[in-house]
Amino acid sequence: MWNSVSEFLAMGGYALYVWSSFGLCAIAFCIEVLIVRSQRKTTLRRLRQALLADQYPQESRQ
Amino acid sequence: MNDLTNTSWLNWFRLASPSTFYPVAGRLIPFFWILSIAFGLAGLWVSFFVAPVDAVQGQGYRIIFVHVPASWMSMFLYIVMAAWAGVGLVFNTRLSAMMAQAIAPIGAVMAFLSLWTGAFWGKPMWGAWWVWDARLTSELILFFLYLGFIALQASIDQVRRADKAGAILALVGVVNVPIIYFSVKWWNTLHQGASVSMTKSPSMAHTMLWGMLLMALCFWMYAIAMTLMRVRVIILERESHADWVQNLKEVKG
Amino acid sequence: MNAFFVMVHRDLLLVMRRKSEVLTALFFFVIVTSLFPLGIGADTALLRKIAPGVIWVSALLATLLGLQRLFASDYLDGTLEQLALSPRSFVVLVLGKITAHWLVCGLPLLILAPMIGLQFDLDNASLETLLLTLLLGTPVLSLIGSIGAALTLGLRGGGALMSLLVLPLYIPVLIFGAGAVYAKSVGLDVAGHFSLLGALLILALAFAPWVSAAALRIAIE
Repeated sequence: MWNSVSEFLAMGGYALYVWSSFGLCAIAFCIEVLIVRSQRKTTLRRLRQALLADQYPQESRQ
Repeated sequence: MNDLTNTSWLNWFRLASPSTFYPVAGRLIPFFWILSIAFGLAGLWVSFFVAPVDAVQGQGYRIIFVHVPASWMSMFLYIVMAAWAGVGLVFNTRLSAMMAQAIAPIGAVMAFLSLWTGAFWGKPMWGAWWVWDARLTSELILFFLYLGFIALQASIDQVRRADKAGAILALVGVVNVPIIYFSVKWWNTLHQGASVSMTKSPSMAHTMLWGMLLMALCFWMYAIAMTLMRVRVIILERESHADWVQNLKEVKG
Repeated sequence: MNAFFVMVHRDLLLVMRRKSEVLTALFFFVIVTSLFPLGIGADTALLRKIAPGVIWVSALLATLLGLQRLFASDYLDGTLEQLALSPRSFVVLVLGKITAHWLVCGLPLLILAPMIGLQFDLDNASLETLLLTLLLGTPVLSLIGSIGAALTLGLRGGGALMSLLVLPLYIPVLIFGAGAVYAKSVGLDVAGHFSLLGALLILALAFAPWVSAAALRIAIE
């Protein structure tokens, strides 16, 4: 179908539009994954800190 | 609670408890990622190396292989989200509402991608970054509906009120989506006569349909994986007081 | 049925004691419609073309302004809870409140709209169509809007949030209402528009009070 790599990348002159579209989808999905991962880390950290705080009640009274 | 596990179909109701669902979801996530990547690779292969050049639109038409899956998913996810929200409202189950809350951002991203790829398709083909055709305009309104749902839930501090209010909004939305789509189609034909349609192609080669289908399956598996990931975070946040959360490996350290 | 009329009467009485709130929304309607010619230009042919859309959008926005009052004051002083607990059907009471809102917000729009229409140089047939579409459409706006008002009851940033929720749902009414006036102005048949507007009104009447009542219960509890 494609005679060369450069022809494939050029997409018959529509390179900007085709690759922007596919690229945007890929980037959007990657960003979403990273955001959810970071949310999970933050929540776990908060839970860990709350657990630790419960284990040492005396410190809060001092 | 454990006595109910004898009959296999009653096992599904155990999954309605966040503590049971959390580890199950965790085990399912990699499975759906693998499916998504597999369908994605197959879909991209068909999109770029099997589907032929379009007679009218040249190579530029290949954008449909992401535009159409994103559109389908944005509509499908809205219905699924409304269904979960409705179940949560009727049966008063927290986890169902959490599922709806998890799906909303993913659906919104799909709607956004549909609009953006639609613009990138429209510019070379019809000369304008935005075309007020029925499908794109309906997609824009669907995007607003997603944003409304997310904004409403974000504005309500009491969690259960947020769940139920969101459920009502989602159900009202799901009933309105066909009405909105029909009215926009009507509006389009009234004001533009022979309208420019983004997906009206005289005949679509079988390979093109296969490409769209495979990419749609890729997006679907991705959406499921993301939903499960998101709902696990939501469960952790909402059930933070529960013993089982505090006894989790990832929390205890 | 008696409860319905009592509710309407009570809300109208309360509004009459605070006329300024109502008049503000109406003045808003007039001002907003005047902004469009100022922003676009006073070419009469263009104004005639954009008039249906401009008047209808301004009506939407003015209705939204009025909706914020619909349940808010009763919620703040506890009356809403009493209404929900009363032996009368809560749905009927909510319908009463919505009707009072329409009498106070939608009906005056019907009176003002012809004058605005003349400012935009609409012909008589179009003006008549405008009035009829507003007559059918403004109740739908009040009904659907009440759902948004109920969902956002007592929330900070309520007004903007309610607009975000309600405006997408208003779009079919806008399309058929403004579309009918435009179609009439170019000589097309408007029977279809009106039957669809009528259908929307019936649907809204059947479901909106019930959904708003449910949303109010969720907000109150």
